[in-house]
Amino acid sequence: MRDVMPRWADVVLIPLISLVLAFLLSAVVIVAIGEDPLAAVRMMVTGALGSTYAWGYTLYYATNFIFTGLAVAVAFHARLFNIGGEGQATLGGLGVALVCLALPWPHWVLALPAAVLAAALFGAAWAAIPAWLQAKRGSHIVITTIMFNFIGAAVLNYMLVNVMRPQGSMDPATERFPPGTHLPTLHDLLALVGIPFSKAAPANIAFLIALAACLLVWLLIWRTRLGYEIRAYGHSEPAAIYAGIRPVRVVMLTMLVSGALAGLMAVNTVMGEAERLVLNSVEGAGFIGIAVALMGRSHPFGVLLAAILFGFLYQGGAELALWTDIPRELIVVIQALVILFTGALDNMVRMPLERLFLALRKRRT
Amino acid sequence: MMDFATILQVLDSTVRLAAPLLLACLAGLFSERAGIFDIGLEGKMLMAAFFSAATAAVTGSVWLGLAAGIAASMVLAGVHGLASITFRGNQLISGVAINFLAAGLTVVIAQDWFAQGGRTPSLLGGARFEAITLPLADTVRPVPILGPIYHDLISGHTIPVYFAFSMVPLTWWLLYRTRFGLRLRAVGESPEALDTAGVSVVATRYAAVAICGVLCGIAGAYLATALQAGFTKDMTAGRGYIALAALIFAKWRSWHALWATLLFGLLQAIALRYQNLQIGGVPLPVQLMDALPYILTVVILAGFVGRAIPPRAGGEPYVKER
Repeated sequence: MRDVMPRWADVVLIPLISLVLAFLLSAVVIVAIGEDPLAAVRMMVTGALGSTYAWGYTLYYATNFIFTGLAVAVAFHARLFNIGGEGQATLGGLGVALVCLALPWPHWVLALPAAVLAAALFGAAWAAIPAWLQAKRGSHIVITTIMFNFIGAAVLNYMLVNVMRPQGSMDPATERFPPGTHLPTLHDLLALVGIPFSKAAPANIAFLIALAACLLVWLLIWRTRLGYEIRAYGHSEPAAIYAGIRPVRVVMLTMLVSGALAGLMAVNTVMGEAERLVLNSVEGAGFIGIAVALMGRSHPFGVLLAAILFGFLYQGGAELALWTDIPRELIVVIQALVILFTGALDNMVRMPLERLFLALRKRRT
Repeated sequence: MMDFATILQVLDSTVRLAAPLLLACLAGLFSERAGIFDIGLEGKMLMAAFFSAATAAVTGSVWLGLAAGIAASMVLAGVHGLASITFRGNQLISGVAINFLAAGLTVVIAQDWFAQGGRTPSLLGGARFEAITLPLADTVRPVPILGPIYHDLISGHTIPVYFAFSMVPLTWWLLYRTRFGLRLRAVGESPEALDTAGVSVVATRYAAVAICGVLCGIAGAYLATALQAGFTKDMTAGRGYIALAALIFAKWRSWHALWATLLFGLLQAIALRYQNLQIGGVPLPVQLMDALPYILTVVILAGFVGRAIPPRAGGEPYVKER
């Protein structure tokens, strides 16, 4: 049954049909709460794509989802399910804050590489323990990464309330980062080449880092020895072992890369936007990474497209919540339906399609 | 030092807080023993909490609320069954989707129906489960030690609490002393053996998922109509995941599930009561208490305190041989 369908059907058609199903059901929800779905879509398109201000927000959210989506995608290639993006990004934020507050940084050019390194290291460290437990002791990585999300939230809570909060402040947050760590926004960057872009939008240089990460992940998975080992291990563990691939090494390295990618998200949110560390700066982006990786079929280019789609949904949803009675949580519903149809109910779309393509092929021969 | 009355109070709130964990844990036990991983316990509880509170608020009857909560949880259980049994999808991804679906839908519908920022109106009188006083509770109260234990700790809970604790022996009996239980355990270990014996794998697994739905429904309804008076956004607050942790802690056995959920309930009760706990002069941060169930579960999973071995066919869709 493997080659029943042409490749384009597997890569493009099935995700597209799943997406349409998810959107149709979302439209049903919008109708059920007495709103007009077409008007809602129009408002989302203007609010998320209608101006450079709107694009600035869409790309800002997309940056988060690229990082978390890549994190889930890399793990998927080794058939590991990393639900811990939320916790890894939380710890990444801690790393960024520690670095930004440690020194009186003279210029962002110096602060950015240090923050990137810290975010990646902290994220990877938070993935390392579940990875080691999976590799060495066979503890199910899904459960351990879920547990580490909660433990990470507690660690951050403790650090903000008891350690990093400035004296006299009630707010569980760090003080503002020094000006030398403030990252250039897309407005600043595009002004260099003479393109006008909204000054108020939070999209920043981290978007370019995210694009670079897409390219690097593509190179890693399809152009390096480690990537080959990851994919081989993901396809068949016994075959990989016969080929001399060490499972412990693959599981550890895959999860370290995955955790580092999730941690990098904090460069965008903590350093690029908030410019201080607050509780819950991740805001569920770690989980949206699951939807993004599923939609993007674990390919960096697919992840990029899916991340921009979810950035659009996120920003459009915020606009809806602002101007209509539709609450922001509608986006969570859409996200859930996308995960359900592209992930769990994949066969529901695939089986009839396979039958269709089989019938077409029989008629031709 | 804590006096006897304080200890009783802490244990009393332990029982209240352990009850929903226990129900959800047993729900997961049925599902996972049948080979269907379920990380959607949280979502099913949340959905049930909302629909039970909404129905109870509108009709004024807690029993109608309970029925609505169970029904809502069953719908999500049906989705999980469809995805993981009929369409042989990834059970973990289905569970994640269900959790998000519940987190989003409850607030969207609550805002549409009640327009109170994603809450239901507060429940009063018959719209809540009332505490019941067991027979002779007031009579034996003056008896030293045993009297207060009976009056304060054992008596004075709501019906779902008693139901939750009576489900423990019932679950044991159902799983180990009935034909259905044998089949349910078999389908989680070796579905092909059950298939060879002529028993439907699909039907057995759907039955397990349905029981899981009912128990999660009761757990959610308890949260909204007994433990608290109404639904608030994300009110399950990770209890579904703690139940999952307890299930692993209990190594998928019913009596152990009782002890595990009581332990986690005790941790919650202590964290709730003592914001600044000291052990040997060293202050224990409240965040450590919050994180302790998860840390303990990781330690258990690591196999340092006895190995937790899940059902062998767990998470694997069954494909009939041709």
